[in-house]
Amino acid sequence: MTRTLKIWGLLLVVLLAAGCSSSGNTWGWYVIDPTTPQGQSNVKFLIGGFWATIQLSLIAAALSMTIGLLVALPGMSDNRWVRLPSRIYIEFVRSIPLLPMLFWVFYGLPVVMKSMGIPISIDAFWGAIITLAISDSAFTAEIYRAGIQSIPKGQTEAARTVGLTYGQTMRYVVLPQAIRRILPPLANQFIYIVKMSAFASVIGMQELTRRANELVVTEYRPLEIYSLLILEYLVLVLIISFFVRWLERKMGSDERR
Amino acid sequence: MSAERVIEISSLNKSFGDFRVLTNVDLSVSLGERIVICGPSGSGKSTLIRCVNGLEQFDSGHIEVDGISLRDKGSAERVRAEVGMVFQQFNLFPHLTVLENLTLGPMKARGLSRKDAEDLAMTYLDRVRIPEQARKRPGDLSGGQQQRVAIARSLCMKPKIMLFDEPTSALDPEMISEVLDVMVELAQDGMTMLVVTHEMGFARKVADRMVFMDSGEIVEIGAPSAVFEAPKSERFRAFLDKILHHH
Repeated sequence: MTRTLKIWGLLLVVLLAAGCSSSGNTWGWYVIDPTTPQGQSNVKFLIGGFWATIQLSLIAAALSMTIGLLVALPGMSDNRWVRLPSRIYIEFVRSIPLLPMLFWVFYGLPVVMKSMGIPISIDAFWGAIITLAISDSAFTAEIYRAGIQSIPKGQTEAARTVGLTYGQTMRYVVLPQAIRRILPPLANQFIYIVKMSAFASVIGMQELTRRANELVVTEYRPLEIYSLLILEYLVLVLIISFFVRWLERKMGSDERR
Repeated sequence: MSAERVIEISSLNKSFGDFRVLTNVDLSVSLGERIVICGPSGSGKSTLIRCVNGLEQFDSGHIEVDGISLRDKGSAERVRAEVGMVFQQFNLFPHLTVLENLTLGPMKARGLSRKDAEDLAMTYLDRVRIPEQARKRPGDLSGGQQQRVAIARSLCMKPKIMLFDEPTSALDPEMISEVLDVMVELAQDGMTMLVVTHEMGFARKVADRMVFMDSGEIVEIGAPSAVFEAPKSERFRAFLDKILHHH
């Protein structure tokens, strides 16, 4: 963690040094120089995308975790006909690249819904959330499955013999144990969602990447603006991975008890 | 025996693929009867008692437990309400305290209040002589203590019948007797018990009938005194030879 920080800090210093020392117009940090009025308003504009990116990621992740569990549970049934739809969903969804799925949801889904007599409009925000949530749910479903199947079968058997139903067995016996193995990879998956949310920019969602693109068009300083953009994601992801490590340590120390 | 029949097993068959685990097993058990089942590993003895509370499905034949046929849909739940089970690996819930392990079933399945469930749990923890461990996690207990907790957990559901699937096989030798003592007391209280075990001393002491299984069949069945003194089949004689010399 601290080593990663040091490496990135070093890289930043090198970039800045290169920017200050080189002649000509290779670097033009003035576009995002907070000491000038123009630079300051540019930086504000770029950073203004944080909230949308965070909102997008959080809602998509929450949906993905819910859908994932609903897909994973029937996927572990003894009955193959109950298992089948879950398998098909996972294999199908995880083989679709995010960008085509985003286009399909944003441009195609409203047409399908309209033809079925449900005229809904999907804005960029919800189009992105639906796509991210569905695309990610195939992976969270597999994380749940691995976590739940790592709990010995004897636990389920013991729970059933003291009279618990399937639902109660899951809720009181299996999931509380599986959650320790599920949460860290699930939190990791959240990092993936944050990064993939950049795709929302192509359907016009005003998040971090979209704002950077728009500023590049007016300022024509791609190097500086995209460098800052990368830094913005870096900060977000570092915060999350710090949280993931903390979670893993907490879970790990619980496990040893 | 003229007492009430609580378990009736007839012509039970079960295979895993090509492998026949149970072949034409017949067994009826009366209320209060103690049956000890022994046999070499893979002989189907565990599978047999797991069929009794519906943890295993069977291919053909009939099992009736306390008047409930296990062929009926949804019968496994009703049968499990009457039948407790103790496993070789204890299968305690590691994320719950000992007390919570005992109260989970009574509270969620029977709808008891926490207070009533805890009173019930403490009664049975007293009976298995570890009330002082109530607030600990199973992982902090010895194997013998864990198995006694598992027995208490089953008893909290007030079962009519108790199944034991090699309850002492995973224990260190010095802990076997503390578990067997609890089981002997249970037998003396008149509990109907089906016990899969190789503890022949226990069998001699409490069993009304001994069942010897081999290759999925019941080879020999009878009072322990009779079968130990004069095993009829060569297979049972060889088996007894092996396990008695081993001990």
